Amino acid sequence: MIVLNALKLALRALKRNTLRSLLTMLGIIIGVAAVISVVSIGNGAKARIEASIASMGQNVVQVMSGNSRRGGVSMGFGSAGTLTKEDYDAIRKDVKGIAGISPEVRNNAQVAVGNKNARVSVMGVGADYPTIRAWKFADGDNFNEGDVQRAGKVALIGKTTAVALFGEGESPVGQIVRIGSAPFTIVGLLAPKGMSMYGSDQDDVILMPYTSSMKRLAGGTSFRSFMVQVEDPKNIDGVQAQITELLRERHRTTEETDDFMTRNQQEISEVATASSETLTILLGSVAGVSLLVGGIGIMNIMLVSVTERTREIGVRLAVGARGRDILMQFLIEAVTLSIVGGLIGVLLGWLASERLSSLMQTPTLIATNSVIMAFCSSALIGICFGFFPALKASNLDPIEALRYE
Amino acid sequence: MSTPIVQLEDFKKTYQSGDIQVHAVRGVNLTVQAGEFIAVMGASGSGKSTLMNTVGCLDRPSGGRFMLDGVDVSKLDRDQLADLRNQKIGFVFQGFHLLARTSALENCELPMLYARPSKSASAQKARAMKSLEQVGLGQRFDHTPNQLSGGQQQRVAIARALVNDPKLLLADEPTGNLDSQTSIEIMGIFQQLNDAGMTIMMVTHELDVASYAKRMVVMRDGRIVRDEQVGPRHNAAEELGKLTREQAAVNLAP
Repeated sequence: MIVLNALKLALRALKRNTLRSLLTMLGIIIGVAAVISVVSIGNGAKARIEASIASMGQNVVQVMSGNSRRGGVSMGFGSAGTLTKEDYDAIRKDVKGIAGISPEVRNNAQVAVGNKNARVSVMGVGADYPTIRAWKFADGDNFNEGDVQRAGKVALIGKTTAVALFGEGESPVGQIVRIGSAPFTIVGLLAPKGMSMYGSDQDDVILMPYTSSMKRLAGGTSFRSFMVQVEDPKNIDGVQAQITELLRERHRTTEETDDFMTRNQQEISEVATASSETLTILLGSVAGVSLLVGGIGIMNIMLVSVTERTREIGVRLAVGARGRDILMQFLIEAVTLSIVGGLIGVLLGWLASERLSSLMQTPTLIATNSVIMAFCSSALIGICFGFFPALKASNLDPIEALRYE
Repeated sequence: MSTPIVQLEDFKKTYQSGDIQVHAVRGVNLTVQAGEFIAVMGASGSGKSTLMNTVGCLDRPSGGRFMLDGVDVSKLDRDQLADLRNQKIGFVFQGFHLLARTSALENCELPMLYARPSKSASAQKARAMKSLEQVGLGQRFDHTPNQLSGGQQQRVAIARALVNDPKLLLADEPTGNLDSQTSIEIMGIFQQLNDAGMTIMMVTHELDVASYAKRMVVMRDGRIVRDEQVGPRHNAAEELGKLTREQAAVNLAP
C-alpha cells in the first residue's frame, strides 16, 4: 500500500514537471537505445559471419599448403604449393571417414564470349566440390569424374559472371566461352551464394576440373588446398588428425616444421565470431558508459528536486509522513524516471537498428536478452543513483524544511 | 476531569548555536483542555515558535515533560512522532504550505496518504471533499493553489488539517499573510470549528486576532508572563458585519 501510494505520488510529481522529466530521462534513453542498437548490429554481423562460414560447406576440413611460420617473409598459406597430386591420392585412399575430397587451384583468367570479356577467378576443383560446399545448381549439372580424368574442356559458372557475360535471364548452359586461350563448354550454372566472410563475391567465379585448369591455364603441379568433407560431423577432429599424421609422414615434417596447415570449420567460425563478439562488447561498453552518465543525470536532477521541494518535504513530514515514506517517494520517482526512460530507449533502439539495417544493408538482430539487460540496468541505475538524494530528503528536519526559503 | 490535550510541565528547550547555548524556552507550565481556543502571543524571540514546534511534535523538549492527549512525547522516536502528528494534530501555517500544481482535493488527501491503516482511495476522496465543504470550498475542489486567493488557500489548508480528525488544531500565524477581511473570515471558521468541539491553539502577534480566542497566553523571553481569559471576545460574524458597513460608508462618501 505504501509502495502504491508512493508510486501515485511519484507519477503526480513527474507529470507536474514533464519537460524536466523528459530531459532527465534523455541520458537513459540514449544509453539504452545505444546499447540495444549496437548489440543488435553486432548480433547481425555475427549471424552473417556464421551464415557465410556455413556457405563454405558442411563438416569440412581444409588442408592448406605453405606455412607462414617458416622463413623470414610469410607469403600466406597456399603460396608455397607443397600439396601435390600424390598427397591428394593418398588422403583419398588412406583416410577413413571421408565423404568427399576436392583440391583447389586458383587462377585469374580472361574469359570471353563474343565481344564481352571479363577477368574472373577460375578455380580448378574436383567433381565432389559442389557437394562439399553445398553449392546447388540453378541450371545444368556438374561435370563428372570422367571430365576430371581427361581434363575436359567443361566449366561451371557463377551467377555474377554469368550475368556479366551473358546478361540477365539468359541461360549460359551449353554456351561456349573462351577461358585463357581455350574454348570451354558451360555445363552448369551455380545458384548464387552471396558474399564470403572476407567480403568477396563468391558468385564471380568459374569452376572447372583441376586437371583442365592445370593443363590448359596455369600449368604447375601443386595445389593451393584441399577441401575434405567428413561423413560424420562428430568425427571431424579424428579425420583432421588422420590427415595431419598422413601428410607429416609423407612430407617428413613435425609440428614445428609443418609445410601445410589443416583447419576445420569449427575453428574458423570460432575465430570469426570471437572477433565480432569483441567488437560488440567494446561498442556495448561504450554505450554502457552513456547509460552510467544517464544515471548521474538522474541523480543530479533528483538532488536539485529535493532541494527545490524542501518545503514540500517539510509539509509532508509535518502531516505525518515518516522518513521511510519520503525515501520511498523519491526513490520511486527516480526509478520511474529511469524505467520510463528505459522503455523509450528500448523503443528508440529498436527503431534505430531497423533503420540502420536498411541503411547499411546489414542485417540486425535484436536480442531479447540485450533488451531485458538494458531495461533492468536502467531500473538498477534508478535505484542506485536515486538512493542518495532520497536518503537526503528523508533525513530532513521538518522544522528546518518548513522554514526553508 | 478528562485528560488534557496539551500538558507541559516545566518545559525547557535549549539550542546549541555555535559555542553559545540559546535558551529558547526556560520552563513553561501550560495545560490545554479539550474544547479550548487558545492564542499564544509574544514578540519574535519570545519562544512561542519553539513552544508551537514542540506542541506540534515536530521537536522534543530538552527538559521537562510534554504530554499530548496523555502520550509522553519526550520518549518517542522520529517515526512515532510522525504517526502522532498524523493522528492527533492538524497544522495550519502562515504560508499555507499547499503543494503547488496540485488540486485542492489532492492537497486535502495528503495527510490520509500517510495514515496507518490507510483508507481506500474513494473513502479518502469522500473525506477530503467533506472537509472542503466544511470550509466552504466544495465548489473549488479541482482548483490548484495558484487559481485560489490567499484566503481560499488558507481554507484548503484548514480543510487539510481536519481530514484525519485531529485532537488539536495548531495554527502558526494563520492570518499573517492575509488582509483584514479574509483574516476575520478565517477566524470565523476557527470559531465555528471550536464551537463544534475542536481544540485550537494559535500563535499570533496581533492582539486583534488573538481576541477571537477564548484564552490568551503571552510569552516573553522563554517564559509565560500572562495567562488569562480573553476579555471582550470578538465574534467573527459581528466583526465582518461591522467591516462591511464601514466599507460601504467609505464607498458612499464622495
